[in-house]
Amino acid sequence: MKPTRRASILLLVASIFPLALEAQVTSDRLLHATNEPQNWLLYSGSYASQRFSQLKQVDPANVKNIELKWVFQAQSLQKFETTPLVVDGIMYLTQSPDDVVAVDAKSGRVFWIYHYATSPAARPCCGIVNRGLAILGDTLFMATVDAHLVAVDAKDGHAMWNVKLAEASAGYAATMAPLVVKGKVIVGVAGGEFGVRGFISAFDAETGKQAWKFDTIPDPDQPGHDSWRGADWEHGGGAVWMTGSYDPELNLTYWGTGNPGPDFNAEQRQGDNLYADSVLALDPDTGKMKWYFQFSPHDPYDYDSVQVPVLANADWQGSARKLMYWGNRNGFFYVLDRSTGKFLSGKPFVKVNWASGLDANGRPIATPQPPGVPTYPGIQGGTNWYSPSYSPSTGLFYLSTWEDYGTVFEGVKAEYKEGTRFTGGANASPIPGADNPAGTRTGPINTYTEALAHGGVVALNPATGEKRWHFDEHDVNTSGILTTASDLLFVGGREGYFQALNARTGALLWKQNLGGEIIAGPISFEVDGKQYITIAAGNSLFAYALRE
Amino acid sequence: MTSRRLSLRAPWLMCAVVCLVFALRGTAARAQGQDRAPEYFPADIQYGSQIFATQCTPCHGSAGDQIPGVNFRAGVFKRVVSDNDLRATITNGVPGTEMRPFTFGPAELTEIVSYLRNMNFDARGAIMGDPARGQALFSGAGNCASCHAINGKGPRVAPDLGDIGTLRTAELLHKTLIDPAGAMLPANRPVRAVTKDGKAITGRRLNEDTYTVQLIDENERLVSLTKSDLREFAVLKTTNMPSYKDKLNAQEMADLEAYLLSLKGVK
Repeated sequence: MKPTRRASILLLVASIFPLALEAQVTSDRLLHATNEPQNWLLYSGSYASQRFSQLKQVDPANVKNIELKWVFQAQSLQKFETTPLVVDGIMYLTQSPDDVVAVDAKSGRVFWIYHYATSPAARPCCGIVNRGLAILGDTLFMATVDAHLVAVDAKDGHAMWNVKLAEASAGYAATMAPLVVKGKVIVGVAGGEFGVRGFISAFDAETGKQAWKFDTIPDPDQPGHDSWRGADWEHGGGAVWMTGSYDPELNLTYWGTGNPGPDFNAEQRQGDNLYADSVLALDPDTGKMKWYFQFSPHDPYDYDSVQVPVLANADWQGSARKLMYWGNRNGFFYVLDRSTGKFLSGKPFVKVNWASGLDANGRPIATPQPPGVPTYPGIQGGTNWYSPSYSPSTGLFYLSTWEDYGTVFEGVKAEYKEGTRFTGGANASPIPGADNPAGTRTGPINTYTEALAHGGVVALNPATGEKRWHFDEHDVNTSGILTTASDLLFVGGREGYFQALNARTGALLWKQNLGGEIIAGPISFEVDGKQYITIAAGNSLFAYALRE
Repeated sequence: MTSRRLSLRAPWLMCAVVCLVFALRGTAARAQGQDRAPEYFPADIQYGSQIFATQCTPCHGSAGDQIPGVNFRAGVFKRVVSDNDLRATITNGVPGTEMRPFTFGPAELTEIVSYLRNMNFDARGAIMGDPARGQALFSGAGNCASCHAINGKGPRVAPDLGDIGTLRTAELLHKTLIDPAGAMLPANRPVRAVTKDGKAITGRRLNEDTYTVQLIDENERLVSLTKSDLREFAVLKTTNMPSYKDKLNAQEMADLEAYLLSLKGVK
């Protein structure tokens, strides 16, 4: 096609379909994503990752009147952990293993599906899952479970470029939604159960050319290497399997890192094992680290610190401060100064006995339990990767929890062999006597009992770490959380209920049994003046709005 | 990974299954290169010997000394210290060697480990359990079949025991027969509910969530209850199952345990 003819056609298309041009998602729109609450432009809703929607049409008084508007049934029986994006009435979501689906956000009808041919060499530790996408311009970006990064045209679903992040056969995978910052697509790799050496890497959004790479386990020439002994660092883990956050004023991105390897036998990796179980502040232009904070040094409990960093500007002891809120898998809720990484406070939000507290610098005062005695929280943590929420309206931080849940940890010698599990554990989880009959936890039958654990939703006052309210659930909770400007809180859980709570009081306002485990985060958006709330449950995505 | 679960059809299991009474437990306790000295239940040792004979001897030999640097009978291991090390090695295999991963259930792992730690255990003089006599007790004088089904055949008010031999070790089975309430696993605790109109329902939980509970009641009716509709809801730590401590003699107890251990489910 000649350029002049192409330009004429583009002009014609632009005049007929003005909305098509509006669908371009610029870097500026991403920066100000909260200014367009009708959309959900990033995995966590905004660069601050608060999962807070400004929409108010659905409120505590009328939420009882929401009804199911449509259902999208995924063509997969794998765990459905996706958070969709919504751009001007079009929803983009992922389904296992690595498909991108474009859906009419109003009707749930599908425009196109992009099928990525996932390598059979992929061996993600914990399910063939994909948690979502990033977008810039008219291009979607997806990380794949065989450790590739793919760019897909948002209009017709064709692949534009595809780069390999690492070797899937060595245990590398990617399950997170990438983060686009200033024209770069930033992504990390999973594989902490296979003795990988974790990293975060940035790629030019247009070409796929690598811009920088930051290794989360430092080599002998890098700062932090002295936290390892010998060659232990070579298989030191520190995977990055959840999406980070970004502060444009500080020009810093923030990333949580996973467990050191082997997971449970800390004896064979002496030292603090930097930068495992940490938050890293990286310059998005260069990948240079400005600061780090390690939550769980020399971790023998698999307390991945991959939780999404939640950024808030709030008063801290009398002065305005740039803060970071972090409900960690290790059971402590932390507040950090995100300009410097300085530890400000930390307090348990569930039963904790692996540490008696945190010192003035936030370092845990370790209290290892004797052999055979349960450690709290257990392997899955007091919470895990599921997104928390912060509401600027209530000033509260919300997270899903596993409570009174322990594991009897025992490390055993692990030998590294590329592509095989490298965990070094002979743990008892659930703890002895708290039976969990095998094979029942991925289905609708709950055999968790009061002896094993229970779950809930906790609302914390970030200034004090105190619980403002607690919503108790029989089963443990694996759901992400959404809060809205009308002070609603939406949350699911393992039981399959999708629930609306009063964000100020924790009172249950509405619920519906969706029949399948919820291990994803709700979002909200608006199309043609109507507010929708969606959630992935079981193997389907459900969309709700007020009754006509 | 290939399943290596045991089959009732295995020739070795069709032979007389033996079960040793709990009174001999202490004599089976040994500490061979381990960091603590747990007690091993004789019936577990005996079952473990049968698994060992079919699964392990092709490489390790019947005396456990055919791999250089490993001698089970002498307590010599390459990398194993604790019992959990043994479990992990059996489950995960050893990369780069002929030792491949095995898929055994928890009870079977306990049995194998018990045997590996006690290969010199002398069973002479122990009371041997006979599963055929145990089955007769189960259906007859023991009255077990009045509540428990085997592979779907029988009453439903108590758990089906068709695969109990893969789920429970000999030691836990013995404890359950002696002290049913004390040894009852939480998932088997009965519940008692009272509706707002005063109707009492007792049954076995099949499923539970924050808002509801599904159970099978004492009349084998499937009942679903909404907790907010109940006046009372309690999980009980008592059970209708009697203790067999004074009801069965040592030989009968060994017979019954041997039968229960032989129940490995329908393949």
